[in-house]
Amino acid sequence: MISISPARFFAVLIKEFIQMKRDRITFGMMIGLPIAQLLLFGYAINSDPRYLPTLVELNDNGPVVRSVLAGMETSTYFDFKGIVTGVEAGDRALRDGTANFIIVIPPDFEKDIVRGRHPDILLSADASDPTAVGGAVGAMNGIINSAIKQVLSGPLQASAGSAPPFSVTVHRQFNPEARSSTNIVPGLLAIILSMTMTLITAVAIVRESERGTMETLISTPVRPTEVMLGKILPYVLVGYVQIIVFLFFARVLFDVPFDGSVQAFVVGFNLFIIVNLALGFLISTLARNQMQAMQLSVFTILPSILLSGFMFPFAAMPGWAQTIGAAIPATHFLRIVRKIMLKGADLGDIAVDMTSLSLIMAVIAALALLRYRQTLD
Amino acid sequence: MSDEPRSGSDGEDLPAQAKRPAQPEATAAAASEIEKTSEAAAAPDDAGTPDRPSASEPDAPAPTLAIWVRGLTKKFGDKTVVDGLDMQVPRGAIYGFLGPNGSGKTTTIRMMCGLLTPNGGQGECLGFDILKEAQKIKEQVGYMTQKFSLYEDLTIRENLDFMARMYRLRNRKARVDRALEELGLADRQSQLAGKLSGGWKQRLALAACLLHEPKLLLLDEPTAGVDPKARRDFWDEIRRLSKQGVTVLVSTHYMDEAVQCDYIAYIAYGKMLISGPSAAIPDMIGLHTWRVDGPNLQALETELRGTEGIEQVARFGAVLHVSSTNEARLRQVAEDHMAKSVGHWTEKKAELEEAFIYLMTGATDNFSNGVKGVAA
Ligand SMILES: Nc1ncnc2c1ncn2[C@@H]1O[C@H](COP(=O)(O)OP(=O)(O)O)[C@@H](O)[C@H]1O
Ligand SMILES: [Mg+2]
Repeated sequence: MISISPARFFAVLIKEFIQMKRDRITFGMMIGLPIAQLLLFGYAINSDPRYLPTLVELNDNGPVVRSVLAGMETSTYFDFKGIVTGVEAGDRALRDGTANFIIVIPPDFEKDIVRGRHPDILLSADASDPTAVGGAVGAMNGIINSAIKQVLSGPLQASAGSAPPFSVTVHRQFNPEARSSTNIVPGLLAIILSMTMTLITAVAIVRESERGTMETLISTPVRPTEVMLGKILPYVLVGYVQIIVFLFFARVLFDVPFDGSVQAFVVGFNLFIIVNLALGFLISTLARNQMQAMQLSVFTILPSILLSGFMFPFAAMPGWAQTIGAAIPATHFLRIVRKIMLKGADLGDIAVDMTSLSLIMAVIAALALLRYRQTLD
Repeated sequence: MSDEPRSGSDGEDLPAQAKRPAQPEATAAAASEIEKTSEAAAAPDDAGTPDRPSASEPDAPAPTLAIWVRGLTKKFGDKTVVDGLDMQVPRGAIYGFLGPNGSGKTTTIRMMCGLLTPNGGQGECLGFDILKEAQKIKEQVGYMTQKFSLYEDLTIRENLDFMARMYRLRNRKARVDRALEELGLADRQSQLAGKLSGGWKQRLALAACLLHEPKLLLLDEPTAGVDPKARRDFWDEIRRLSKQGVTVLVSTHYMDEAVQCDYIAYIAYGKMLISGPSAAIPDMIGLHTWRVDGPNLQALETELRGTEGIEQVARFGAVLHVSSTNEARLRQVAEDHMAKSVGHWTEKKAELEEAFIYLMTGATDNFSNGVKGVAA
């Protein structure tokens, strides 16, 4: 354990590369999986649905109203199904699902704008599925703003002042983390890397004992560290390939921005990959065959999906779930990716998450080396 | 594990018939007697014990021993697989390690080269402590596993190259080239090892564990499932290595291999029942043999097998070897037949062949822990 022979480490490394090259199915899976998941989560599990049925309660009409409604229509979030009269009819439509939204234009709306009374448009949303309407609600501000701009350039130029001439009140239970594919896709990177990196390492190592080759391997003077490093490093490179594939498709298909520091990203994902490989190594010391290794890996992936903040907003989870979540590597990497890709973060901004990841890493690696046997016991 | 070919099914090497005593008590008694004898020869520090067997190489001082272990014990769960085993392998010897399936041969060999940690006992391999200096042992030992355990998805050359790197050999390429040349696989070097036949796999495995020129070879049933011609070639190689001073410990089920060994150890249920120089083994068992030839051997053979006190009837071509540990009874049977002029009887010295058959045919697979009769 103390002295590492670079020659033996390279030997394991080269062998691992050759085996990876010959195992076409696994290799295909490593590249195919990120793409499949990206498409699945990005498209099929659509958290940003469009063309939601909308009814209008029209108590006034005029150029501003028309401009607002036109803006809503062109946003493609809202699909106007007709007119309702009265609060009750609107509520009923929301309840029975005829409409996801009721937009209420108050009486004397146009007049009140001219008088500078700042009237309110009411947007009632069916909040029973908050994620379904989240995107539409989020888009509402932009729609109103552009409607105002349009109208103001025309007849109402006079009232152009500091405060907007009218506003929209949204009635709904607001989901604190507004979701959209731009949000879910970066999170997906954390999930994909956890899944494939852990699984592949665990299986690659267990395969060695399952096929009996471990016996010859450890009858040579090779040290555990040499085996561990030599087996892990090729998969770090696989992780790189996955990230490149992922970023490419995220950009092309979902137009996900990358606003933050590339350097911070590189540092972050390297650490995360290594944590997962160490976890895979740990799993391999617990599993007796490849099937068990696979099952154990899948078992670790569930909490990563459910408790990392990928599926549900972390802040909204109960205390115990947050405690578990904090021990999951994906939780911290998820934050790193979102901060960097969406919020333009740099190294300083992710220092907290990096520290947590390093801690988890130290614990896992220590456990793995402790469990690893240089014998067949 | 249970799919290892048993010696009994291998018609080529065993004489046509062999018989064992029916009562297990007889075996048990013989076995415990044997054990006492071998114990006296076993303890490494008891040099000078007077009643030790002839050709007493194993009792020489430690440096002449490639391996010695004492009280070696291994448990899996609550099952004792190797039970207080003593063994001494002199340097340069070919040491045959016999025992039924599941008797603990593989487990013993694994403990000797540091692949398994014993639950008890001590020992040295090439002068290094098997408990503390596994690393040094591994540098100098070539271990050929019972099941082919090189990489099937690597080519022949890649496998040899990998092993050469593991031992950090200098002139790696030249040595691998030479190994391929000697193997006769130079032109097939880029074939996947998994595609090789059993015999070729075995030769490749041997070449792989010889690359670093080990001082000690541990061969675990190296020729199981390999055709007779390949086995003979294999043993030519073993003898050549032995002449160069390499110590060879080899476990086997085959008589033609056992008779080529300088020393024999026989274990059952994890216990050493007998060990010593090959020539002394029949005496240690206390086996006596008469040679019979003449007409109508088949009928005689059938008759003798039903005769009380005759423990073994083995046929070698046109002669029968009739053996028993009860010398007086055997002589009586012989004289009875001679009186009736049935067959031509001559007393002969019991050889390793008879001893081997005696040991191996009486043994049943040792996988169950309940039947302790043989070793108790
Ligand atoms: N890793 C293991 N775990 C549990 N039992 C084992 C293990 N290895 C061997 N055994 C058991 O120990 C006994 C001796 O096995 P082994 O040493 O392989 O015998 P042999 O090589 O003489 O056929 C067998 O009953 C076998 O089932
Ligand atoms: Mg065995």
